[in-house]
Amino acid sequence: MQLSRDELIESYRVMRTIRDFEERVHEEFSGGAIPGFVHLYSGEEASAAGICQHLSDKDKIASTHRGHGHCIAKGCDVRQMMLEIYGRGEGLCGGKGGSMHIADLSKGMLGANGIVGGGPPLICGAALTAKYKKTGGVAIAFVGDGGSNQGTTLESYNLAKVWNLPVIFVVEDNGYAEATSSSWSVAGSQMDRAKGFGMPAVQVDGHDFFAVHEAAGEVIERARAGGGPSLMHVILNRFFGHFEGDAMTYRAEGEIARLRKEKDSLKIFRTNATQAGLLEDADMDKVDKEVAGLIDDVVKESEKATPPPLEKLTTDVYVNY
Amino acid sequence: MSKKSYRQAINEAIAQEMRRDENVLVWGEDNAGGTGGDGEQDAWGGVLGVTKGLLPEFGPNRVLDTPISESAFIGAAAGAAATGLRPVAELMFVDFMGVCFDQIFNQAAKFRYMFGGKAVTPMVIRTMYGAGFRAASQHSQALYSVFTHVPGLKVVVPSSPYEAKGLMTQAIRDDDPVIFFENKVMYDDEEEVPDDPYAIPFGEARLTREGDDVTIVAIGRMVGIANQAADELEKAGISATVVDPRTTSPLDVDTIIECVEDTGRLVVVDESHPRCSVASDISSIVAQHAFKALKGPIQMVTAPHTPVPFAPELEDAYVPNPAKIVDAVKVAMA
Repeated sequence: MQLSRDELIESYRVMRTIRDFEERVHEEFSGGAIPGFVHLYSGEEASAAGICQHLSDKDKIASTHRGHGHCIAKGCDVRQMMLEIYGRGEGLCGGKGGSMHIADLSKGMLGANGIVGGGPPLICGAALTAKYKKTGGVAIAFVGDGGSNQGTTLESYNLAKVWNLPVIFVVEDNGYAEATSSSWSVAGSQMDRAKGFGMPAVQVDGHDFFAVHEAAGEVIERARAGGGPSLMHVILNRFFGHFEGDAMTYRAEGEIARLRKEKDSLKIFRTNATQAGLLEDADMDKVDKEVAGLIDDVVKESEKATPPPLEKLTTDVYVNY
Repeated sequence: MSKKSYRQAINEAIAQEMRRDENVLVWGEDNAGGTGGDGEQDAWGGVLGVTKGLLPEFGPNRVLDTPISESAFIGAAAGAAATGLRPVAELMFVDFMGVCFDQIFNQAAKFRYMFGGKAVTPMVIRTMYGAGFRAASQHSQALYSVFTHVPGLKVVVPSSPYEAKGLMTQAIRDDDPVIFFENKVMYDDEEEVPDDPYAIPFGEARLTREGDDVTIVAIGRMVGIANQAADELEKAGISATVVDPRTTSPLDVDTIIECVEDTGRLVVVDESHPRCSVASDISSIVAQHAFKALKGPIQMVTAPHTPVPFAPELEDAYVPNPAKIVDAVKVAMA
C-alpha cells in the first residue's frame, strides 16, 4: 500500500514524537521530576506507527505497560499524556492513571496496562462490539514477548478464533521479558503458536516502518473483511531497560550503542524514504524541529501544572453509588 | 403475577432486558449449550438451566457459548462493556474466580477511576454460590466478600425469586460492573413474581419483618433461614427485625444502623467464612456507628473458617441454620 507524501510525513512525525517523548521522559525521570514507574518505548517506534497508521477512532487497541508509543500512534493528545505522566490534574486521566494506565477511549485507546497479558481478553470484547454493531472496526492487542506467555493471551487466541473476531494480536518481541531473554522464555515460536490456533501469522522486522506497515495492512484488511484474527510477530529492540532505573546488567556490553547505531527505526525510515525518493531530508528535519519544540513545551507546562485537587481522591469510582 | 422460581425470575429479567435493549448480550460456558454439535441447540441453557430459551428467542449473535476460558470471556465482557455493549456474562461457579479475577478486579473495576472518570463499563457477571449441593470445596463457596472489598464493583445477593428478578433488571440497566450472586440451592424456590419488568434499586435494604428485641442482618439465602429463626424466637417471646441488605456493595448502612438503634442488638448471618467477611464488615460498622445503642455483644453466625466439606453430614454442619441463629440471639440477649 503506497502512502501519500502527507501520510509519510505524518508517520515520521508519530515516530519522532514517540522517540523524543520517551527520551525526554527518561531524562526527566532521572532528574526526579516524574513519580512512579515508567517503561519506555524508544527503539520500538516503527511497530506502533506502522500498525496504527491503518487505524481510525472506530478501531480499538489495548496496550501494555510500555504504552506511551501506542498512545501517541493512536492519536492521544501528547500534552495531556505528559501531564498525566507527571501526575497532574489536567492529565489525560486526570492524574489518576499515570504511565501504566494511560488511556483515551474516545480515540479507541483502551489503556496501557499494568498487568502483563491484561489486554488481549479486553480486545476480544472490543472486537465483539465492532462485529455485533457492524462498525467495520478492528481491535488490536499489543503484547510483549513476556505477555505472549500469559494464559490470558493464549485463551484470547482461542476465543478470537472460535468467535471469528476482527482481532490482530501483535507480539512486540524486544528480546526481553523484564530481564529474561525471550530466546529462553518462549517455548516453540510465536509463528507456530498462531498456526496451532489456525490463525494466519506474519513475522516482520519491527525496525522497518515500511515492512511493518505493509504486513499490518494485510492482516487488518483480513480482519475488516470478516476473515478473523491474525498474529503479527514484530521483532524489535528497546533502547532502555524494562523500567527506568533498570541497570540492564543482563544485556551484552555495547548492545545498546550498537542498536542505536544499526537498528534505529527513525534513521532507517529516513534512509529508505530518501533513497526511494519519497521524501527529502528537509521534510524530516522540519518535523524534527517541530516535535522538539512540542516536547519542550509540554514538559515545561507539566513541570508547572498543578496536581489533581484532593477531592478527586474519591470521585470516578462508580457512575452511581 | 404468577408463581415463578428463582431460576425463572432471573431468566425472565434477562429476557425482558434483552427485548428492551439490543445491546444486551449473554455469554458463558454452555449458556446455550450444544453449539457446534449435531444435537439440540440450547441444549442446556446454562449448567443449571437459567439461560434456557434465550438462544431460540434472540439467536446466536446475542446468546453465545464460550470455550472454557474464563479469563478470555470475562475479560471480553469488560472490553465489550467499555466499547458499547451491555454484556451479561456467566462465571459458572464463583469458585472459578480464581482463574479470571484479574479481568474483574484489575481491569473492569478500575477502568473508570484509572481513566479519570471517562470509562463506563456496564457489565453483569452472573455467578453461582453457596453450599448445600454436596459439591464440595471448589463448587460451593460464598465469595461475595472478596468482590465487596473491591472499589468499582457492585455486589448483589438476592434472597428470593421476587428479589432476583428486580435486582437482575437493575443490574443490567446499571452503568457499573455488577457481580450477581445466585444461590444454586434456591433455583427451585417459588413465590409470586410480577410479569412486567421492575427494577429494585441497589443499596436499599428491605425488612422482611420488624421487631423490638434484636436485629438480624442476613445475606442471600440466609434471609430465609433467619426468618425461620425469627419464627422460633417469636414462640419464645423474642421479636426480631430481619434485614436483607440485598446488595453488599453498596451497603445500606443507614437502615442497618437505624434497626440496631431500635432493637439494641445485632446478629449477622452469613454463610461465608467469618474472617474479613460481610458479617465482620457489618459488625464493625455497627460497632463504630451504633456502639451506644448496643445492649449486648454483636453476634456473627457464619460458616467456620474451613473449606466447604463434601460429606453431607459435615456440609449440613457447615452452613448456618435456624437453631444456630436462635442460640446466637440468646447470647446477644443475655
